[in-house]
Amino acid sequence: MDNHEYEPIQKVSIIVSHGSLEGVYPGLIMANGARMEGIEATLFFTFFGLDAIIDKRMDKLKVATVGNPGMHMPTMIGMLPGMSAFATKMMSKEMEKLDIPPVREFVEMVSDAGCRLYACKASVDMFHLTKKDFCSQVEGIISVGKFYEISAGAQIIFT
Amino acid sequence: MPTKQYGEKTVEIDADGHMANRADWDAHLAEVIACEEGIPHLTDRHWLIINFMRKEFEQKGDAPSIRRLTKESGVATKELYELFPKGPAKKAAKIAGLPKPQGCV
Repeated sequence: MDNHEYEPIQKVSIIVSHGSLEGVYPGLIMANGARMEGIEATLFFTFFGLDAIIDKRMDKLKVATVGNPGMHMPTMIGMLPGMSAFATKMMSKEMEKLDIPPVREFVEMVSDAGCRLYACKASVDMFHLTKKDFCSQVEGIISVGKFYEISAGAQIIFT
Repeated sequence: MPTKQYGEKTVEIDADGHMANRADWDAHLAEVIACEEGIPHLTDRHWLIINFMRKEFEQKGDAPSIRRLTKESGVATKELYELFPKGPAKKAAKIAGLPKPQGCV
């Protein structure tokens, strides 16, 4: 592929807005992938995406088996007790094979790789959370305005 | 295939700018490539990673990406990024004379 006429991407800001396992991973993979290519990366967690960085919740994220047509599973089946846990276990197993780590390890890895992590202030206030509720890799709770300021010169990616 | 001059040696390179033939590689060439990549001196820690990558490539046919490097080389993510700034897996593979790692993570 010949892309020489374009400027390479220097910086990305990735917004994670969903709290299901399949909602959280794309953002983490893209942030890590950016760092692997030497691209500056920031992760901004908002609404239920906050679950990925809440200390007590980040190890318990589940695949959504209801309202998720991609599962190819009738809604009534997806509702059965244990179905989400089962789907989560299967998906985690497949991901481990691809070297995709569990959420907590992934968050540590992207942070160690130099990606900066922030929580959205409006969501934090809405859910009555404080800085103490988050894992240690979270650098701060910031407003949308601050997010745009930090994202100067970056491509913004919403997931 | 395009070629590239490293010191006195001319080697064939692939589309990513990595060496195309592993047989062309030697330790001296690694130092020259590293220098060009902004690493003026390869330390024992650099060599630990380079040798680990070559061994993994021989066994699996693909250079390890960052997760496997972190997990299996014994060098933590933070140090990897300090040793090989701007993309340790890609940089280390290039210096090791290997193709760019295929893995996403």
